[in-house]
Formats: sequence, structure tokens, C-alpha cells
Amino acid sequence: MKPALLLLNRLGRRTVAAVDAVGYGAGLVAEAMLFTVVGRRRGQPVRFAAIVEQMRQVGFDAIPIVMLLSLTVGLMLAIQFIATLSEFGAQTQVVLAVAKSVTREFGVLITGILVAGRSGSSFAARIGSMSVSQEVDALGVMGIDPVRYLVAPALVAMLLMLPVLTVLSDAAAIFGAALYSAPMLDISVPTYLAQTLEHLTPRDVWEGLAKSVVFALLITVIGVATGFSVSGGAEGVGRATTRAVVVSISAIIVADMIFSFFLNR
Amino acid sequence: MNADAPLIEVVGLEAFYGRRRILHGVDFSVKRGEIRVIMGGSGSGKSTLLRHIIGLQRPVSGTVKILGVDVGLAGARELLAVRRKLGVSFQGGALITSMSVGENVALPLREHTELDETTIRIMSRLKLEFVNLGGFHDLMPSQLSGGMIKRAALARAIVMDPELLFFDEPSAGLDPVVSAELDELILKLRDALRMTIVVVTHELESAFRIADRITVLDQGDMLTTGTVAEVRASENERIQDLLNRRPRTVEIDVDDYLRRLTDEDG
Repeated sequence: MKPALLLLNRLGRRTVAAVDAVGYGAGLVAEAMLFTVVGRRRGQPVRFAAIVEQMRQVGFDAIPIVMLLSLTVGLMLAIQFIATLSEFGAQTQVVLAVAKSVTREFGVLITGILVAGRSGSSFAARIGSMSVSQEVDALGVMGIDPVRYLVAPALVAMLLMLPVLTVLSDAAAIFGAALYSAPMLDISVPTYLAQTLEHLTPRDVWEGLAKSVVFALLITVIGVATGFSVSGGAEGVGRATTRAVVVSISAIIVADMIFSFFLNR
Repeated sequence: MNADAPLIEVVGLEAFYGRRRILHGVDFSVKRGEIRVIMGGSGSGKSTLLRHIIGLQRPVSGTVKILGVDVGLAGARELLAVRRKLGVSFQGGALITSMSVGENVALPLREHTELDETTIRIMSRLKLEFVNLGGFHDLMPSQLSGGMIKRAALARAIVMDPELLFFDEPSAGLDPVVSAELDELILKLRDALRMTIVVVTHELESAFRIADRITVLDQGDMLTTGTVAEVRASENERIQDLLNRRPRTVEIDVDDYLRRLTDEDG
């Protein structure tokens, strides 16, 4: 075949594969949601205990690292904002700048990236190694739908916990910013925090929370879909885990940009 | 469904991996209460046939009926009802590695019944005793030997007292003593619990020991189905090759050979 045709051929195949993947992911989400809502009536209940266990793994266990890194990013933002704003003699505006940028962008983005690294990879690894060792097949023939048993609890837990983590992240980042900014502005930390609350509108927080729900969906579906598509033994599981993290972080950053564009026009 | 109707009825089943045809119009049926062995070398299509029968793959053409339900046409609810009456023991055991042996065996009961915890515990331990794994319920699958994993998988497969039991390669990778023990277990299951059992294997000795009837597959063709004596006496050359462990003579078509070497699309 001629090189040009070969290129076109490859492009076509990739496009079809990408559309196929998106369709498959959407199908998984729809199926998991359906099981969550009507599973009990169909003999495929999504267990409350399984959801709680997933909430612990993806949410509760992530609290320390999310808080710590958010605090650090808050400090960093305060340093940069004060440095830049003082060029205009406007360093008091740091309160506003931090409050808006953290709640709208940074809190949810740090949380998303961390959870993608922790939980997106673990979904892919767990489901991937289960597929390789025929455990997914075994669940299927036992009459336990793998989507109901493995995907639905993870999805519900992520949808519930990512907003919670985002709120915690917002608080930690703003507190971190206060630690640096308050002394620089000659005010106390409580005063800084009180000023932050004056500047914040519910819309700022909602913007972050809405994003966190979308991120939760993206991380879960990319993690589990990559896991289910594993082939090629242990090496395949490793590759899938890496791909799940890279793809889900890319997806949430792009989604974040699109969100910000439409919400701030 | 009347009592004489076959529990499994496969008609004209074809299966493909990509462009390669794995099964060529296979007809297969199993009666209630028999032990049927599907025998064939590697690449004969026996695992593919099994995957179709247990509903992991839907047939491209041909029909697969289990317990009177057409797997290709059945809805999710119907398929679920059928699956509760099947037990499958996979080649590698396929125990859930994050659960203990006892939890693995109890899993179908937990998911499909409303029994209380004590009953579930007793029932799953009974099945573990049946496969001679009494007292092992607290171990994790990674702590078991190959033979123990197969027996634990068998315990999980029979915990719901299925009408139909499938056993994929019971003796693969096991020493002769352990595989003989598994053969005894399979016979005990039919005699004590009146199960209908389908065993996929390439081990001749084990097949002849347990089978009521044997189906021989070779390169996707069903060569014969018959009793042990009938299969042994068969005049089919490919069956005799398999029985006498003779290497196959591969005939090469020159045009095909060159095309395979030079084909760009692979």
C-alpha cells in the first residue's frame, strides 16, 4: 500500500477505535447507573456495604494526602499572587484571587489528579488482573454481573466522595494561603478567613463541585474500561494501569478547560 | 421441560476469532445425569465450545440451548435464571484473590439467596468438606496449592447445587495422584448429587476413567461422540492420532504459505 493510504488507513482505524471506546465507556456508565437504581428488582442489587467500602478506599483514605497537597498549593498560590499583585500595590487582593482560583479551579483539579493517580489506577489494576485470571468470567457465569459487582459501587462512591474531597481541598488550600498571606498583610489568620468568606459566592463553590462530579465520572469510567480491556497477562495489567492514569488525567484537564470556558463567558 | 430433553443442545455452532474459524458447525447435546467429556488437543476449539455453552460468548451462527433456554436470544433476566443453575470450575480456579476460600465459596449464596449468615457459613463449609478442604476456609487463594485451588473452585461451583456442572481441564498442571483424586470427586458428584457434568480435558486417562460418553474435537470439527469403548475402537485417523499421541502431519499449501509470509495486513 502507498504510504499516504497507509496513513489514512491508520487514522481511520484509530478514529473508529476512539469512537468505539467512548461508546463502550458511556455504555458502562449507563449500565452501572441502571443497576444502582433498579438492580435490586432484577436480582442484581448493588450492595450498600460494597459502596461504603469503596467510599473508604477512594475517599476517606485519600483525605490526608489531598489535604496536605492542597495546603501546599494554597501556600504556593499565596506566594505567587502576593509577589505579582504587589507590583501593582494590590497585594490585599490576594484574598479574592486565592478564594476564587482555589474554589473554581485548583481545589478540584488537585483532588481530581490525586484521585486519578490513586483510584483510577487501582480500578484498572484490580479489574485488569481479575480479567486476566478469569475472575470476571467466573463472576459472570455465577450470575453476578461484573458491572453491577465491580463498577457500580466504585462509580457511586466516586460520585459521592469526590465532591467531599473537593470541599476539604478548598478549605485546606485557603487555609494554606492564609498562613502565608495573613502575616504579609498584617492581619490575623481568622480575619483572612473571614474576608475570604465575604468574597466567596455560592456559585464559586458550585463551579468546583460540578466539575468534581464530572471528574469522578471520567476517572471511574476510564479506569474500569481500561481494566476490562486488558489482554496479555501481567504486563498488560501494568500497561493498562499506566494508560488509565495518563488518559484520565488528560481527560480531566481538558474537561476542566472546557468547563471553565463555558462557565466564564 | 420434559425429563428426557437434553440439558444442553448445540446445533450448527460456528465461532470465529477475527477471520479464523475456530468451530465448524458443531452439533453437541448432553442428556441429564451423564458425565460428558469434551476431548481434543490444544487449539481444537474445546475451550471455545465451552465458552459458548456457558454463555460467555454469544454464537455468531448456530444455536446454543441450555436447560431449554436459547442463550443467543435470552434476555438478561432469563440468562441470570439459567446461570444460577450452572456451576463452572475454571481452569485456573478463578477464585477471587481478595477473598478467603470460605468467602469465595459463600459468594454465590450471599449474592443469590436471602439465607442468614450462619446457614451460609454451614452450607459453604459443607461443600468445602465435600471436596476434602475442611478447615481451609480462612486461607487466602494465594496460600493454596494448585490441586487445592481446583478443589476450592469446585466447591464454589457446586455450592448452589447446580443441575449442570462444567469443569475446565481438571487435571491440567496437577500430579497424577491429585488428578486421580479429582476424577473420583467428579464421579462422586454425579452419583451422590445426581449432577450432569461436562468436563473439558486433553488428558486421555482421566477422560476414559470418568466419561459416560466422549466428544472428540479436532481443529474445530466434531469428529465423534460415543462411549469410551466406541471412541477407542474408532477408525478415524485423527482420533487414533490423539489416542496414540502421534504427531500430526501438516500438509502445506504452497500458495497459502507464500500469502501468509507476504501478507501486509497480517
